[in-house]
Amino acid sequence: MLRRFDVHRVTSVAEAVALRQRFGEDAAIYAGGTELLLAMKMGVARWPHLIDVKPIGSLAQISASTDTLRIGATATHWDIERNPLVAEALPALAQLEANVANVRVRAAGTLAGNLAFGEPHADPPSMLIALGARVLLEGRAGSRSVAVAEFITGMYETALAADEVIVAIEIPLPGKNVRAAYVKFQILERPSVGVAALGTVRDGRFVGAPTVVVGAVDEMARPVPTAQFAGADARDAGTLEAIADAARAAVEPIADLAGSVEFKRHLVGVITQRACAALAAEAL
Amino acid sequence: MGTREIHLRVNRGERRVVIEDQTLLIELVRGLGLVGTKLSCDSQVCGACTVLLDGRPVSSCTTLAIEADGKPVETIEGLADGTKLHPLQEAFIERFAFQCGYCTPGMIVSAKALLDAHPEPDVAKVRQWMEGNICRCTGYQTIVEAVLDAADQMRSAR
Repeated sequence: MLRRFDVHRVTSVAEAVALRQRFGEDAAIYAGGTELLLAMKMGVARWPHLIDVKPIGSLAQISASTDTLRIGATATHWDIERNPLVAEALPALAQLEANVANVRVRAAGTLAGNLAFGEPHADPPSMLIALGARVLLEGRAGSRSVAVAEFITGMYETALAADEVIVAIEIPLPGKNVRAAYVKFQILERPSVGVAALGTVRDGRFVGAPTVVVGAVDEMARPVPTAQFAGADARDAGTLEAIADAARAAVEPIADLAGSVEFKRHLVGVITQRACAALAAEAL
Repeated sequence: MGTREIHLRVNRGERRVVIEDQTLLIELVRGLGLVGTKLSCDSQVCGACTVLLDGRPVSSCTTLAIEADGKPVETIEGLADGTKLHPLQEAFIERFAFQCGYCTPGMIVSAKALLDAHPEPDVAKVRQWMEGNICRCTGYQTIVEAVLDAADQMRSAR
């Protein structure tokens, strides 16, 4: 059961922005509803007005140019995991999306909504941050683009302004030789830890430093300082252990049903090693 | 605003239903007497409330009824053809893939969506698709076997 509210179906971004201005704190953007309706049911949030942006046809589009993948704000995890452009350009993202929550949540929930909720126990943020993805926003003053790393500002906190609407997520496509991997450990509905790794391995060595971002254990996804691993032997157990140490040091795990601080820190090390090993294993 | 009439197809019948904006899809279908769809966790985790909305499996406990406006909704009641059960239903009986039965409608509807999308799934695909449906009685082995049996059955019937 849900308490009473009104749903406003809008057919343009301008209309959504106007309603955001009109209702302010009394309204939330509604797309998949998988996080929003749950929070409302649990009584932790209440909005008298929901602005349904799904009728805005252009927001459902997924497109790719030579260097960018653009995922519209109402594209669901289900849409993304099945999209041939995503499978071709970023198979690691397609695979991540195919394993978000469960099939029903994937069928309804959107990638943009996932980011907008700022839920710390989420799969996409670490990967999107590793890829340097940006959130395209439209508000009263026009449009702006914010890096995902800066868009999520804390637990359930984002940089989305009161009059803004997410329009799309833009993901720069990594170069041909760059591999991406996302590895997670999960016992409940959400990941206990998820690690995204991005990098190039040539002749067994990292070309430059790999990018490693740890998600789901902390208030938000945390990038791991990896500069010292530029050129390191990517197949050496010592290198992987050292990256794992850096990852463990980069997070402040929060104890919850998925495990204690100590357990999660241990998991961060193990999963980081697996994600980095996957870069080397997939290297040409 | 607040109250509206929606038009949808539920199983084989066209329906016009007056709902409030906050009405949930599970409230709508159970209100139509289709009580095979079960409420359990109420948080999209267990799958007991699974229905197909426009062919996609959704948690009807956390889906607004307005989403069904102009779309087909398929519930467990829509699978059998008169007294002839769907191959999935037959396979669940044959394999005894349930005990108390509370999760079964959601299991079968979810499996229907799987076989619609992937008519010839392997064990790994069945497990990955069905992992969002929780059964507290049987363990999952017989459920996975029933889904694979039904896939076989449907393949040989084609």
